[in-house]
Amino acid sequence: MSQETVTADATDGESSTSDLRDAIGGKRILLYAVLALIAVYFLIPLEAGLVTSFKTNEAVINTAPYLPPGPDGFTLQNWAEALDTLSSGLVNSLVMTIPATVLGALFGSLAAYGLTQISWKGQIPIFALFVAGVFIPYQAVLVPLSQFWSMIPLETALSPLWALPLLEPYHADLIELIVTHTAYGIPISTVLFRGYYMGLSDEMVEAARLDGAGVFEIYRRIVLPLSGPMFAVVLIYQFTQIWNELLFALILVGGTGPSAPVTLSLVGLGTSLEGVDFGLRMAGAFLTALPTLLVFIIFGDQFAQGVAGRT
Amino acid sequence: MPSPDRTDVGRSIRSRLSDLRTRLVGDTGDDESPVRTDGGATVSRGSAGTGLSDRLRSLRNSRFVGSLPFWLPPFLLMGLFVYGAIGWNFLISLTDMEGFGDPDYSALDFQQYAELFGSEAFINAARNTFVLLVAFTVLCLVLGLVLAILLDRTLRLQNTFRLVYLLPFSLSFVVTAQLWAWMYDIDNGIINSVLSLGGLRPDWIGNPQLVLGAVIFALVWQFSGYAMVVFLAGLQAIPDEHFEAARIDGASTITMYWRVIIPQLRGSVISALVVLMIGALKAFDFLYALFGQYRPAAGADILATLMVREAYSNQHWAYGSAIAIVLYVLALLVVIPYLYSQYRRGAL
Repeated sequence: MSQETVTADATDGESSTSDLRDAIGGKRILLYAVLALIAVYFLIPLEAGLVTSFKTNEAVINTAPYLPPGPDGFTLQNWAEALDTLSSGLVNSLVMTIPATVLGALFGSLAAYGLTQISWKGQIPIFALFVAGVFIPYQAVLVPLSQFWSMIPLETALSPLWALPLLEPYHADLIELIVTHTAYGIPISTVLFRGYYMGLSDEMVEAARLDGAGVFEIYRRIVLPLSGPMFAVVLIYQFTQIWNELLFALILVGGTGPSAPVTLSLVGLGTSLEGVDFGLRMAGAFLTALPTLLVFIIFGDQFAQGVAGRT
Repeated sequence: MPSPDRTDVGRSIRSRLSDLRTRLVGDTGDDESPVRTDGGATVSRGSAGTGLSDRLRSLRNSRFVGSLPFWLPPFLLMGLFVYGAIGWNFLISLTDMEGFGDPDYSALDFQQYAELFGSEAFINAARNTFVLLVAFTVLCLVLGLVLAILLDRTLRLQNTFRLVYLLPFSLSFVVTAQLWAWMYDIDNGIINSVLSLGGLRPDWIGNPQLVLGAVIFALVWQFSGYAMVVFLAGLQAIPDEHFEAARIDGASTITMYWRVIIPQLRGSVISALVVLMIGALKAFDFLYALFGQYRPAAGADILATLMVREAYSNQHWAYGSAIAIVLYVLALLVVIPYLYSQYRRGAL
């Protein structure tokens, strides 16, 4: 890290670069205090949600929202009930998100390679169409999308599949969502990969080309193995985007049928005429968030570094 | 004039070079071979037949054709779902499709748009959309920048703080909405349990004056961490000498950042804006989950919620499509300058 580099004039404490970027002297404590205070702002909604998810209904009302429940106010009932209600949604989300994430990233990598490493005239307008595709409001394609999928009898067309073990007719909905999410994931994946490929050194690719390697071979043997860091970013980003998405699920699946992804099932959880059961809701919210939170806790550094490599 | 010998040598060099050139550059019409200087250029290029087969061969070997298998399938899939759908959506917006049944494409007019621009609900939603977009992006950028500057000045725990600030970014809008519904809860939420010490008990979600601000606050909580990551990367790419030079000139810390450092972060601003825009365009998810229905509380209706409600709750398909087109045009107002600036910077 640049801050830790000791420069030639580091003997003079005042002007050393590490001091210039680091807080000076006693201000350091203040800096860390401010950072910790901001961390509280980022963590408190999560903390409040977490403690509330372990409280009985009485404890939710009677204890401060940010304090953990007392021994008589503690319960696992909310988590059990949320798991019971959301388990099929969690499975559906996983079945939908993983293929759509991988396919979107792969298509993005291929398209970016075709538009970067192989240079030909006219790739800029083509690429501009990919970039513009990143910024479409989903509302602008929603009515045609629901028309399109209602015209395609996917459930009957794929009927032989439903005889296979583990597959049910309602999985047709999930296939619709996989195709849809793959298609709308392509623009951002392509843009991210292209930025990365532009920064790759040409030397190895040129050398392979002079050796007579074809475009496919160059992709498979050189570009793909070098794409690791960008695949990490794109896969993490797309996994969270698709797992977290609600609108397409709401429109294409609707209601709380057997094919509803977890975000759709979470929306109505814990609401009744008597009011909102916040304990149950918070448990459900955390169950829904768990996969993406885990991904960020485990791979967050890689994601941040990948983002850094891009800018 | 070159001797026959030299012509042969010239031709063979020339054809080898042109082969190489085809492989390297993929140039199809190589009438202007760079080998002209070797003296062999005056030799005629054989019959028209070989020229054609040459051309076919070089077309087959050209980079354009070679690149097709890579970008064309993703392009077609994306093109169908993005541009095909937008075109179709525009067509639907010109019909008067309503309720059940198929759209009638024989009578097209702009009646939906005329109705739209005369509607108070639309004007109101458009205003809220604008406020939300501007406030959300500006606040995220400012908070992200401040956080990045603070973090850039730390030696220890930098990765831990970065992870903590980034965590909300990993959540679904649906989850964020649940968490903040609890934060804002009028009786038992954290915010009011603190404010009640001062005798205050605002209804954050029910009060039309407060609800949009409350929504923006929650969205900023979710996205400012991402802006921070982008800015931090930008700051760390700035060489130490720039900090040093400003310090030697006697600039105060604030002047140094304002005059020297922040102007160098333009690229970071743009790449942060990309993700913030994508997030803001999905604000529907947050509002739908917060209110549990198509209609948000008064004061929080935006074009995205209005469109989905008109189309899927009231079955006013054509009217909803017209709102969607307006939303798309608004997005274009951001995209086109962005594309142009990227093009100017040579980043396309």
